[in-house]
Amino acid sequence: MSSLKFVGQDAIRIDGKAKVSGAAQYVDDLEFGPGLLFAEIVESPFAHAEILKIDTSKAERVPGVIKVVTGKDFPFSFGLYLQDRYVFAQDRVRFVGEQVAAVIAIDIVTAKRAAKLVTVTYKELTPVLTVEDALKEHPLLLHPNLKNYKRVPWFFPQADTNIAHLRKVRKGNTDDGLNNADLVFEDTYTVPRYAHCAIETHGAVGLYDLTGRLTVWAASQSPFTQRNLFAEALAPLGLTHNDVRVIAPFVGGGFGGKAGVSMEILAAALATTVRGNPVKIIWSRAQEFYNTYQRQGLVAKTKIGVKKDGTITALEQTLYWDAGAYVEYGANVVNAAGLSATGPYRIPNVKIDSYCIYTNLPPGGPYRGFGYSEFLFGLESHINETAKRIGLDPVEFRRRNAIQEGDILNYGGHMNPSGLRECIDKAAEAIGWGKRVENATESTKVTGKGFACFWKAPAMPPNAASSAFIKFNEDGSLNILISAMEIGQGLLTVMAQIAAEVLTVPISKIRVEVPDTDRNPYEWQTVASHITWGTGNAVKKAAEDCREQIFDLVEHALGKKREDLYLEGEHVCSRSDPTFKKPLREFVINGLMMSDGTFRGGPIMGRGMFMPEFASALSDPETSQGGKPNVHYTVGAAAVELEIDRETGRMRIPKVVLAVDVGKAINPDLVRGQVVGGIVQGIATVLYEDMRFNEKGRLLNPNFTDYKIPTSMDIPDEIISILVEVPQPDGPYGARGVGEHTMIPAAPIIANAIEDALGIRIKSMPITAEKVALEILRAKK
Amino acid sequence: MKRKLSFLLNRRQVHVEVEPQEILLDVLRDRLGIKTPKCGCDRGDCGSCSVLIDGKTVRSCMVLAMEVAGLAVTTIEGLLENDHLTPLQESFIHHNSFQCGFCAPGIILSATELLEHNTHPNDDEIKEAISGNLCRCTGYQPIIDAIKDLTSHPESFNRTDVKKEVKS
Repeated sequence: MSSLKFVGQDAIRIDGKAKVSGAAQYVDDLEFGPGLLFAEIVESPFAHAEILKIDTSKAERVPGVIKVVTGKDFPFSFGLYLQDRYVFAQDRVRFVGEQVAAVIAIDIVTAKRAAKLVTVTYKELTPVLTVEDALKEHPLLLHPNLKNYKRVPWFFPQADTNIAHLRKVRKGNTDDGLNNADLVFEDTYTVPRYAHCAIETHGAVGLYDLTGRLTVWAASQSPFTQRNLFAEALAPLGLTHNDVRVIAPFVGGGFGGKAGVSMEILAAALATTVRGNPVKIIWSRAQEFYNTYQRQGLVAKTKIGVKKDGTITALEQTLYWDAGAYVEYGANVVNAAGLSATGPYRIPNVKIDSYCIYTNLPPGGPYRGFGYSEFLFGLESHINETAKRIGLDPVEFRRRNAIQEGDILNYGGHMNPSGLRECIDKAAEAIGWGKRVENATESTKVTGKGFACFWKAPAMPPNAASSAFIKFNEDGSLNILISAMEIGQGLLTVMAQIAAEVLTVPISKIRVEVPDTDRNPYEWQTVASHITWGTGNAVKKAAEDCREQIFDLVEHALGKKREDLYLEGEHVCSRSDPTFKKPLREFVINGLMMSDGTFRGGPIMGRGMFMPEFASALSDPETSQGGKPNVHYTVGAAAVELEIDRETGRMRIPKVVLAVDVGKAINPDLVRGQVVGGIVQGIATVLYEDMRFNEKGRLLNPNFTDYKIPTSMDIPDEIISILVEVPQPDGPYGARGVGEHTMIPAAPIIANAIEDALGIRIKSMPITAEKVALEILRAKK
Repeated sequence: MKRKLSFLLNRRQVHVEVEPQEILLDVLRDRLGIKTPKCGCDRGDCGSCSVLIDGKTVRSCMVLAMEVAGLAVTTIEGLLENDHLTPLQESFIHHNSFQCGFCAPGIILSATELLEHNTHPNDDEIKEAISGNLCRCTGYQPIIDAIKDLTSHPESFNRTDVKKEVKS
């Protein structure tokens, strides 16, 4: 593959200059003129209550108020996979902060003042705040009408319960597997909720113009999915897909939080009430915490059977997900994690029950890692404990059980090519596995090492599609039109590198920008770490389509032998005629002139589409056998050296290593960017990020003063990225996804390093200094 | 009651009428069209709204607009000289330092202030200088690397745009 000129290079980001110069525009930076209106919502103060009455009259009398809107105006539900979410609360509210009404006014100060004057009369209900409460006998049902909600066919709501979906996996027979084991060992691990904390909050502007066309500008990972859900939810108003347009400027961080549709529905709906005026709604930092999506909480019960020689014979996982008030997206997190909760191991007998449970906490949903970070904390802690109990080195134990290409997956089907063992070996070597770090005897510090493996597959509907157009300009430069979103990961550059490779046009002559659903072709969503793979395939096909059109033209107009033609350095060349060298810029727009003065050809425009036609979500609901829900798994291993102060519990990270099999790094520098950023984000979830709710379900720390995210002072001393490249046969140049994976192993490597250093196993996240110090004290007693 | 406010914005004198309670960030963004200071938290936690006031970084969400009367306010729009980015900005581009870019204006200003006073900062000084600017994407390392690279190889980042596509 050494012949590649652009793919595999550390190219400079094509959006770098826009972002560093300040030219990059985010949704709140766009200008809409003096006709712009502002909306403020009225929020539920209760986690669970019936709405008895809403009095808007005082708010309506405030000068400058244009309109006050309530659930009566929009009795519509929506949702990505399960239609359980409402534009505005209808007869009841289900979490603190839920939108009950909105005030539209000529400025934001007026809107905020008037929103305080909307009087809502509630009848409080007992809030269901834990999965245990939600599952007890005769629980209060959050969604009594659950069984009638529209949903995708691979969800299985349990009627007359708070279980919105149950994913069951059965492979082999775990009773036999556990009976044949030399050691059976079980434990429970808990993971709380987390917030994405993109620095840009959610925001959207809607304009319903005088022709009845609805345009929404949104900070979004999913412009086409938004268009689809807006059109579906607002169909009763007469809107069709053709009437709805979503324009997505640069996004100030996503991490899953800006996937699907959450608050953006408000901009779409409110705009329809003030025809002709754009209306803007921007979430405050507090609202960003409690009214978008949160990462779901998890209680995981893990039971493993293992032979003395280290062979895993069986694994049972029972996963109880605290999915919140609405699970239209979060239920698919539960689904995806359920299918893969064995981690990257070869286990013949598997039983997984993954429960999606309604609670009166904010809606759960997608967050970088999509459920894998959560179950991997318990699983990889458990793997370590198991190795210890049978007297095997935890790295060797993982190595022996590591999944390999062709192994049977939990749902049937075969594992894709995988460099997992190479990742394990390289991560172990880089961290100096087996060599103890000795601290000075008088020091209060002790150092341990932790190790974990990880895997993740994109969680997508089987028909999630990507598409691309490529069009040339007169000077031989070109534009790539796609609707994948630049959310920081650098996909614009990666797409340019792929097109450059096929068309031999330098990256500096390729423009790729953020989308407009009217102008750019379809993309399902920028989630699931699937863009390099899926959209990359589409762009590669579009570039190849351009190349074939160029060859067609040269063959047809100039009589050159087609099979001898190739592109090099922005020219069409011929292997059989070394003198032939035609610059692309001479004909890609204007065509080729013939001897009689007529022209052949015209603008070259390529198109490419990619849909994984081999995927299927249909399977036996009792076992999950029979389908092919996942397109591929990306695997890897991570390790950490952790220094702990025995007096204070304070932890410092001298070194962390992450080795991941990316198939092919199209831009290694951008992949390393994902590794470093993902590790730091992941480590924060273990060491200090911590969402606290009171006994009434109110989030107590919806701000960066009380919910700490890492600053530059909090990063590890050294982060080592190791990129392994075992090609993915159906990926562009062998690439597979990597964006989310780098966050996933952070929690268990820390937990395992603490155990290594102190002999203390901590089974609940976060693992704060305070918790470590208390555990040390308890162990002394 | 609106008051007249005059100050130097990016080396240009500006005059604007503001209410006494108006916040500098809002006046810059909504009245004067300066959009690079961003609102990330509205309570001084995140640093995205940072501007330089007489050369010192300040969170513009925590400052009343009237407080800058007669002072010099600089945003990254004002760093351009002869239409060229600063060497620091060039180094950030070269190092792919930013991902989503939302925090970039604030971090660029914090680093600019640092380099005004300390031409060869060490790692700890760099980390300290940008510790008031939250970035959720990058893990900060490529930002720190770019500042360090610039101070050790200042000649590589003259005021000419980065033309190279591939990192050397």
